[in-house]
Amino acid sequence: MDFDLSEEQRLLAESAGKLIEARYGDFTRRAAYAAEPDGFSAAVWQEFADLGLLGLPFAEAQGGSGGGPVETMIVMEAFGRGLVLEPYFASVVLGGGLLRAVGHELVARVMDGTARIAFAHTEPQGRYNLHDVAVTARRVPGGRVLDGAKSVVLHGDSATHLVVSARTSGGRRDAEGISLFLLDAAADGISRRGYATQDGLRAAEILLSGVAVPDSALLGAEGAAARVIDAVVDTAIAALCAEAVGAMAALQAMTVDYLKQRRQFGTAIGSFQVLQHRAVDMLIAVEQARSMTMYAAMMASEPDAAARRAAIAQAKVQVNRSARLVGQEAIQLHGGIGMTMEYKAGHYFKRLAMIETLFGDTEHHLRIAADAMG
Amino acid sequence: MDLRFTPEEIAFRDEVRSFFRTQIPQAIRDKVSAGRHLSKQDFVTAQRILHARGWAVPHWPLHWGGQDWTPVQRYIFNEELQSEAVPPPLPFGAQMVGPVIYTFGTPEQQRRFLPRIANIEDWWCQGFSEPGSGSDLASLKTRAVREGDEYVINGQKTWTTLAQYADWIFVLARTDPAAKKQEGISFILVDMRTPGITVRPIVTIDGGREVNEVFFDDVRVPAENLVGQENKGWDYAKFLLGNERSGIARIGLSKERLRRIKRLARETPDGDGTVWDDPMFRRDVASVEIELKALEMTQLRVVAADARRGAGGKPDPASSILKIKGSELQQATTELLLRVAGPLALPFLPDADDGVLHNEPPIGPDWAATAAPQYFNNRKVSIYGGSNEIQRNIIAKAILGL
Repeated sequence: MDFDLSEEQRLLAESAGKLIEARYGDFTRRAAYAAEPDGFSAAVWQEFADLGLLGLPFAEAQGGSGGGPVETMIVMEAFGRGLVLEPYFASVVLGGGLLRAVGHELVARVMDGTARIAFAHTEPQGRYNLHDVAVTARRVPGGRVLDGAKSVVLHGDSATHLVVSARTSGGRRDAEGISLFLLDAAADGISRRGYATQDGLRAAEILLSGVAVPDSALLGAEGAAARVIDAVVDTAIAALCAEAVGAMAALQAMTVDYLKQRRQFGTAIGSFQVLQHRAVDMLIAVEQARSMTMYAAMMASEPDAAARRAAIAQAKVQVNRSARLVGQEAIQLHGGIGMTMEYKAGHYFKRLAMIETLFGDTEHHLRIAADAMG
Repeated sequence: MDLRFTPEEIAFRDEVRSFFRTQIPQAIRDKVSAGRHLSKQDFVTAQRILHARGWAVPHWPLHWGGQDWTPVQRYIFNEELQSEAVPPPLPFGAQMVGPVIYTFGTPEQQRRFLPRIANIEDWWCQGFSEPGSGSDLASLKTRAVREGDEYVINGQKTWTTLAQYADWIFVLARTDPAAKKQEGISFILVDMRTPGITVRPIVTIDGGREVNEVFFDDVRVPAENLVGQENKGWDYAKFLLGNERSGIARIGLSKERLRRIKRLARETPDGDGTVWDDPMFRRDVASVEIELKALEMTQLRVVAADARRGAGGKPDPASSILKIKGSELQQATTELLLRVAGPLALPFLPDADDGVLHNEPPIGPDWAATAAPQYFNNRKVSIYGGSNEIQRNIIAKAILGL
C-alpha cells in the first residue's frame, strides 16, 4: 500500500498547479475567457496541448503519456481549484476515453488540441439512465441515417466532432443495441443550440435530422456500446470527483482565510467557536471526499464491471454529499459577500452543485450502491 | 500510488485473521459481537492467548514484548482484531500506562510493571477525570502531598472504567497548587488495595456497570511510584492521550457490526418479506457503508503518513478526524441495529447480557434484547477520549489555525 505520488506524478501535479495558478489565479480572467467565442480560452487550450496535458490518458504508442486514473485525478483536481473552463473533461476524458476504448486514429488530433470531442449521449427523457437511448440509426445502403435529439451535451456547441450514441436495435432502455458513431460536428442535418450552463461552462442541445453517416463512422462493435459507455462514464465520474475535491479544498481554504480576516464585534469571526466547528466539519467533508476520490481512481480501472460500478457509485455519493456541505457552508460562513457574482466563492458553490447532478445525483448513486449490496 | 495491500500484507492479514478465528474462544467473540458485557475472565483469557503469541502489546519496544511491525501491519492487526470481535488487550495497560512507563518510568518500574501489564497479571484503570474536570482535565483537584517517602492522596476520580476489577490505578494529582494549572500535576501509580480507596459503581443508561467513582481518603503511596518528574505529569498525560489514537476510528468494529446488521435484517420478518427488503433501510445501510469506506481510506492515509514520518513523529491532527467520524459511525451502526430490532427492542431484560440461561422464555430473539442497550451505551463514544467538540477545537487550532 502506497499513497505517495511517483516522481513523475509529483511533477505533473506541480506543472498543472503552476499553469492553473498562472492562468486562473487572477479570477477576473475567467470572465474574459468565458467571453471568447467558444466560451473558453483558445490560448489556454493550446497551452494544455503544449504541456502534453491533452495526451495524458493516451498510450505512449499513440503519442500520449500513458497516464491512468491517478494522473487524470491529479490534473482534474488542479482544474477544480482553478474553476477551469476549457473542455478537458468533455474532449479528453469523455470523448478521448471513448475513442481510446475503440482505438480510433482521431486521438492524435485530440492530443494536439485541434479536434475537440463532445459526447452526445444524454437525451431529454433519459435523466441518469445511461442506456436510455432513443436516437435512431436507420440502416441505408453504405451507412446509417441518424434522427433524434441529444440534450445538455457538454461543450457540444464548440466541439469539432461528436460521438453520438444511437439505437441500432432493441428497446429504448435496453443495454443491448446501442451503437456509437463519430460525426463531424458540421455535418449536414446537425443543428446545435449552444448555451452557458449555471457554472459558467458551455453545453448544447443537438438535433439530428436525417444525418447520413458512412459505415466507417461506427465506433466499435454495432449494438455493443453500452459496456464501453459504462466504463468510460465510470472513469469520467472518478475524474469529476477529483475536480470536485479541488474545488472543495480551495473553497474550504478560502473560507478559513475569510474567517481569519473578517472582523465583527471587535474580533476576527474565526475566534467564534460555532464558526470554528463548522469550518472543521467542512475540512472533514473535504478529506472524506478526497479519500473516496482516491478510491475511485483506484477502482476506475477495475476489470470487474459490477465492482467498479459499485465503487464509483459509492465515491460519487460521498463526493456529492461533501460538495453540498462544503458549498453551502462556505456561502453561509462568508455571509453576504458569498452571494455576489463578483466573488469567487459563489462560483465554486455553483460548479460543485452542477457536478452533483452530472452523471447521477446522490440518490441515483445511492440506489446503485444499495442494490450492489445484494 | 497504489492503494492495494501488498501480497506480504495480505499474507499477514490472513495469518492474523486465522489466528483470531481459531485461537480466541468463539463464546468470547460471540459476546463481543452481540455487544454483551465481558467478564474479567473473558478479557484475561483473550489477552493471555494473544500474549502467548507475542501479540498483546505489538506496538511496544521489542525488548518489552513488542513486534517489529510496519504501521500498515499495526493497522491490519487492529482492524482484524475488531473485525473478528476479539476483545482488545486492556487499553488502560497496553495502550495507556504501559507506554508511559517504558518511556518515562525508572528501570525498576519498567521491570516491575511492564511484563505484568503485557500478560494482564495486573488490571489497570485510569484515574484522570474528576467530577469538576472533564474536558478541562487540567483543572483537576485531587491532591498529592509529599510526606517523607510517601505521597498522601486526597480527592475523587470518576468515569473510571472497570475499576471494580483493578489492581492498580494511574492517577493524575496536583502536587503544586501554586503553579499554573498544567504545571503542578504529577503522574502516580497507586495500588488499589491501599487503605483509603473506595470504589463506587456508576450505573449507565444501558444498565451497565462499566464505570465507577474512585475516592481517595488519605491514601499513602510510596514516593517511588511517581512516574518521571514531579509536576511534569501533564506532559505524560498528553503523551498518553496521543498514543490512544491507534485504532481510534474503530472501523473494523463498525464493519463487523454492519455485517451483523445485514445478516439480522435478512432474518427478521417484515410484512411478506424481511427488513432487508425495504429499499429505504438498504439505502441507509449503504449510506453508512459509504462513509465507513471513506473513513477507512482516510485512516489508511494517516497510516501511510505515519509510516513516511517514521517512529516518534508527532501525532497527526488528522487523527482527530478519525475520532469524530469513527465515533459517529459507531453510533450510526447502533441506530441501524435498533431499527432491525424494531418493537422487539423494547423489553428491558436486565439479565440479557449475563449469558446465563433463565427459566423464563425469551422475548424475541436474543440479539434484540441488546439492541437498545448498545444504542444507549454507544452515545459515550462521542464523549470519551476527548469529546467530539474538543476534537473540533483541536482541529480548528492545529490544522485550520483559527
